[in-house]
Amino acid sequence: MSHPTPNRPLSPFMLGQYYRFQLTSLLSIIHRITGVGLSLGTFLLAGWLISLAGGPECYAAFAKHLTAWYGQVLLFGWSWALMYHLCNGIRHLGWDVGKGYALSAAYASGYAVVVVSLILTAAAWAVAYAH
Amino acid sequence: MSMRSPLGRARGLGSAKDGTHHFWVQRVSAVALVPLALWFVFSVARLSGGDFFMVRHWVHAPSVAVTLVLFIAAALYHSMLGVQVVIEDYVGSEGAKIASLLLNKFLHAIVAVSAIFAVLKVALGQ
Repeated sequence: MSHPTPNRPLSPFMLGQYYRFQLTSLLSIIHRITGVGLSLGTFLLAGWLISLAGGPECYAAFAKHLTAWYGQVLLFGWSWALMYHLCNGIRHLGWDVGKGYALSAAYASGYAVVVVSLILTAAAWAVAYAH
Repeated sequence: MSMRSPLGRARGLGSAKDGTHHFWVQRVSAVALVPLALWFVFSVARLSGGDFFMVRHWVHAPSVAVTLVLFIAAALYHSMLGVQVVIEDYVGSEGAKIASLLLNKFLHAIVAVSAIFAVLKVALGQ
């Protein structure tokens, strides 16, 4: 019977020191982080609609923050998080039906998710600023 | 040799007595959110720079109000399911876990109902 080595590093402490960087695990944790970020973003969505229901002064007071630099930074982050979570979510739906499990396919779809999410985010902001 | 009873295996509900329900509804809401979220982001992008009256005019259209309510319902339901998994994964102590799971459900219900009520108030007003 083998005994565990004392002071053996456990999983979180293996990152960066002993584990090689993997795109797949990074995209996986980003999916979770963007998901939680989008959950917090629903407060912003509700606040926007509630201010709209409150009348012109109420809406102007809320919209002032959205158009300020910090509001635009927040909205940009939120829009990319949504596009990333959406694209990677489709990747997950593919895995759910048993498609794309080969390592090469998982990497190809991973790169595709990064590129397509950036294109969709840029497209949304191009629409916003073309107006 | 399986330790499960034939009845337990046939029901397929497992120790949580819930089977694959959580997994399945998370996927159903995800599929619904693909078109709804894209519609929402690009619609709001087109409203960029618009004032109160322009946004109210947009929400006032029945097709927009209905799609907005569908988006809010699907998004908040999917969000609630996702945050539940995160809590179950990371919150260790039983008391804190149950408290945060309850808070998760209540907060999502409050945000969803408030946002939907706001849409209906604007859509049905005047």
